[in-house]
Amino acid sequence: MSKPRKQIILGHYLGGVNHSTVWSDPDAGSQIDFATFRHAAQAAERGKFDFFFLAEGLALRERQGEIFDQDVIGRPDAITVLTALAAVTEHLGLIATVNATFNEPYELARQLATLDHLSGGRAGWNIVTSSDAFTGGNFRRGGFLDRADRYTRAEEFLAAARQLWDSWADDDIVADKESGQFLRRPDAGSFAFSGRQFDISGRFTVPRSPQGQPVILQAGVSSEGREFAAGGGPDAIFSPYHTLAEAQAFYRDIRQRSGVPGRPKVLPGASFVLGDTEADAIERHREITYAQISGRGAQVLLETVWNRDLSAFDPDGPLPDVDPDTEAPPFIQGRARIHQNAPETVAQWREIAEANKYTLRELAIHVFGRTEFVGTPTQVADRLDAFVQSDGSDGFIIGSHLTPAGIDEFVDRVVPLLQERGSLRTEYEGTTLRDNLGLPALTGQVTPARV
Amino acid sequence: MVPAVSAGKETSVTQLHLAVALDGAGWHPAAWRTPQARPRDLLTAGYWSGLLAEAERGLLDFATIDDSLTIQSADPFAPDERTDQVRGRLDAVGIAARVAPVTEYIGVVPVVTTTHTEPFHTAKNIATLDYVSTGRAGVQIRTGGFGGEAALFGRRELPDLNLRLLNTPEIQQFVAERFDEAADYVEVVRRLWDSWQDDAEIRDVTTGRFIDRDRLHRINFEGRWFSVRGPSITPRPPQGQPLVTALGHATVPYRLAARQADVLFVTPLDTAGAIRIRDEVLREVAAAGRDGQLKIFADLLVHLDTDKARPDKARPDKAATSDHVSDARILAGSVTTIADHIEELHQLGYDGVRLRPGVLPDDLTAITGLLVPELQRRGLFRTRYTSSTLRGHLGLDRPTSRYQPV
Repeated sequence: MSKPRKQIILGHYLGGVNHSTVWSDPDAGSQIDFATFRHAAQAAERGKFDFFFLAEGLALRERQGEIFDQDVIGRPDAITVLTALAAVTEHLGLIATVNATFNEPYELARQLATLDHLSGGRAGWNIVTSSDAFTGGNFRRGGFLDRADRYTRAEEFLAAARQLWDSWADDDIVADKESGQFLRRPDAGSFAFSGRQFDISGRFTVPRSPQGQPVILQAGVSSEGREFAAGGGPDAIFSPYHTLAEAQAFYRDIRQRSGVPGRPKVLPGASFVLGDTEADAIERHREITYAQISGRGAQVLLETVWNRDLSAFDPDGPLPDVDPDTEAPPFIQGRARIHQNAPETVAQWREIAEANKYTLRELAIHVFGRTEFVGTPTQVADRLDAFVQSDGSDGFIIGSHLTPAGIDEFVDRVVPLLQERGSLRTEYEGTTLRDNLGLPALTGQVTPARV
Repeated sequence: MVPAVSAGKETSVTQLHLAVALDGAGWHPAAWRTPQARPRDLLTAGYWSGLLAEAERGLLDFATIDDSLTIQSADPFAPDERTDQVRGRLDAVGIAARVAPVTEYIGVVPVVTTTHTEPFHTAKNIATLDYVSTGRAGVQIRTGGFGGEAALFGRRELPDLNLRLLNTPEIQQFVAERFDEAADYVEVVRRLWDSWQDDAEIRDVTTGRFIDRDRLHRINFEGRWFSVRGPSITPRPPQGQPLVTALGHATVPYRLAARQADVLFVTPLDTAGAIRIRDEVLREVAAAGRDGQLKIFADLLVHLDTDKARPDKARPDKAATSDHVSDARILAGSVTTIADHIEELHQLGYDGVRLRPGVLPDDLTAITGLLVPELQRRGLFRTRYTSSTLRGHLGLDRPTSRYQPV
């Protein structure tokens, strides 16, 4: 075999705020205390993970106009908590999900460049956009973005942010006490960006950060999303595919569009359940899944597609015999809409339920409760490794149902096996997130022409 | 319980509070050229951790971390083209978050600009800072609008401003509106901090409810500049209400602080000014119905003589000193002289003093190593931390959420 063994990229996703986090477990900890984030990040660093990852939600979810009370809610600002985590970790990348709709390039570029400085080059940004007026109700500018403009906004936002990050050259700060020269040129940080979404100019306050630019992640499988991903876009992209054949096809497509060897990295999310034997793992998985998706929870998950009240339908009975309501305003607010075409989705689900004789709850578990890796530590390590080595992805963003200590057993039991196989580092090689991911450094930025 | 007699000085109701304002290499424009300065490290975590650790050694109540959305400039109304002074800085909330886990007692108070930013983001950022510091967060509210700031965001047209125009009615109106907007901003931030009652999270397995939704509140703020629905996505921070501070030089900001802030920094230039400003602020506080609820701090820019043989050791050279102008009183002198000034301000009724070190680290280490012991000797300042939260240092209670049913 001539192909060298790929190094698996591992991220740890501390969820905490969704139905898959089991808060009723006696070992479930706080979703908000700093100790929780410190524990999870330090565990990931002990496991030589590439990065730690936080999601975002800018409005509390509502059902039928009332705040949804069944799931864990309440989260910190991602960049602020990651900046604090920089103090208690040394090598771990720190990636924040931040919405490009409800932020401005100038302010966000400052915050991310600051994180990059204060972490010694470990900052990353997962760029997302949203277009819902519901979330906009918390912001000055409201829900101003048309759905069709989402990729334009993301693309322009990223281009503007990158211009800001490049507005200082690596060597603009001279700081020569003897001569009294602090700046090498009087206009360091000058920028001007004009596009459909942004028309901004001035001088950026944050000098060039250790990585030059933070690492960029992006999710999106639509063709605009793929073009964005493959163009000047992100350094890494989320893959939603977990079956090998689909994942390989996506991987090939992204890499072909990119034309840049090894970039962007392709990373699906993944969860795991371990057991001493396969049977143990399967049984434990069943228990966890039923804790994640209660009967009530199952109704609500299906309501995201049916777009109507399903509380009258027995979770242990058949699927609701009513059609989804495509006319009504959103019944569930503040949750990413994964299924765009409700009637089509419901038809598919009916087929699945019929073929497997699933109840309402079992169907919800089938659709929403998937755990990708269930087995003994050896089995899980084998499958993770095989998936990456056969180009299903470059690695995984690993989450757990238990906050914050759920990741511990992965670190203690699976990581050593991946290291034995030579698929995961035993020591960090570099100091930056780019180093961890094997992305080239963006150095040698020279003074740009005067704007 | 009978208080220990020896604790008499510490429990004095007229305890002086001391804060330090940190900015770049110090407040003197040539501070970065002094022997101990580390001008190449101003953007590193180590630099800021070191400064905060030093301030904590001096038992200071809190450190503010200065910031502005525009680049530093000798001209307050526009960027300049100078290359001989520090230019470039980090986001202050980031610095505060980075130093929080490596300090234990000192309050961390970053500057946040209100004119272009989102109150919803600021509320969650400062609440998060309160979580990562376990109850030591504050914020210094700064109104913006000058110096090309609007063009950085490209969202609103604001009038061009310069010193010549400053006293025209149009500009006065504009300035007043920026403070009205800041008042709305603080109102939104405070409501968002209260929008989760402390007992909102119930984790009730029987009913499957993680929260009691009746204990989460929409804030439904509607104002001229923004409307915010709420609740926050972040649970109520450890202090309930992190500390809100502001710097003011005139009636309009005094009024904002009197209504909305916990701490106001003012800049008296002499004794008469200190009396006049104190009286004006107290009138505004009374008019707002908040007697005793606003702490007044005087800002002093200090250069401490630490070495009698070489009094100018820590001072930048004379040429640079001609640029050394400040909104705050500049005091250069011995520890005794500066302690005398502080004691006088305290006797005039000032709750505290915020010191702006002329040169870092020299003036900060002189504050912690010499000035603080002198103030302790005079019985004015604490000899140990007696609280672990910033509100606690200032003797402020942890308030109940405004939405908590009585």
